[in-house]
Amino acid sequence: MDTVVNIVSGACLLLGSFLIFSGGLGLLRFPDFYTRMHAAGITETLATGLILLGLMLLAGWGIVLAKLMMILLFILITSPTASHALAKSAQHGKLAPQLAEPEDQRSR
Amino acid sequence: MRHTVSMFVVLSLIWLLNSGFFTGLHLSLGLLSVVLVVWVAYRMDVVDHESAPVHLTLRLPSYYAWLMKELVLSNIDVTKRIWLGKKSISPSMAVLPLSQRTDMGRVIYANSITLTPGTVAIDLNSDTVVVHSLTAGGIEDLRSGEMDRRVSRLEKQK
Repeated sequence: MDTVVNIVSGACLLLGSFLIFSGGLGLLRFPDFYTRMHAAGITETLATGLILLGLMLLAGWGIVLAKLMMILLFILITSPTASHALAKSAQHGKLAPQLAEPEDQRSR
Repeated sequence: MRHTVSMFVVLSLIWLLNSGFFTGLHLSLGLLSVVLVVWVAYRMDVVDHESAPVHLTLRLPSYYAWLMKELVLSNIDVTKRIWLGKKSISPSMAVLPLSQRTDMGRVIYANSITLTPGTVAIDLNSDTVVVHSLTAGGIEDLRSGEMDRRVSRLEKQK
């Protein structure tokens, strides 16, 4: 039983690390601010989720598990708020996104 | 009243889980801080359906479950596009309608859009939301309105 939990937890941590690496790669690869933000979105959702899940499996039932769950919940609430603040200030600073097609003009 | 009670319970739970010490001194200090915070919040007149969303408690879990599924799917999609490179993306921006009638509903909708990788809510108005998406498909998915409907269903309760 212990080995199974260890293996599953290890897989979660590994997959989470891979996703964080992907997020960093996307940050370098994507062309402009807005698209880079989407790449960063991976590191703050599924990647952190998987890493915390891996740690939860190792923590066992107890106060540490509860704390890890709270961390996950707070990250899921605060990270989109921060992303939105970034995107909004970029737009207010008149940073134009590179778009595949001409923008839907109703927004201005 | 029910908002004050709910805020008290939630704060106490957070305190208990973060403390982990269950001795008389720690518990009384915790009670003191919780009561102080609730009193200050009460004096500031911010104890309401926004700071203590009691009405969402029952409906939120099923929405969260659905959101988690969407989160995983969109994460896989964006990760794939990162590895495929620049040619696989088609950044788009659009103004989408929203059907929520309360501020709480709008914020949940905009936050859900931003939380799923590949789409970010840039601007939020009373009946529209400006969305930037990594792909044209992301905009189409939102336009189909499933997330919008689910969030609206959350707030439909008195």
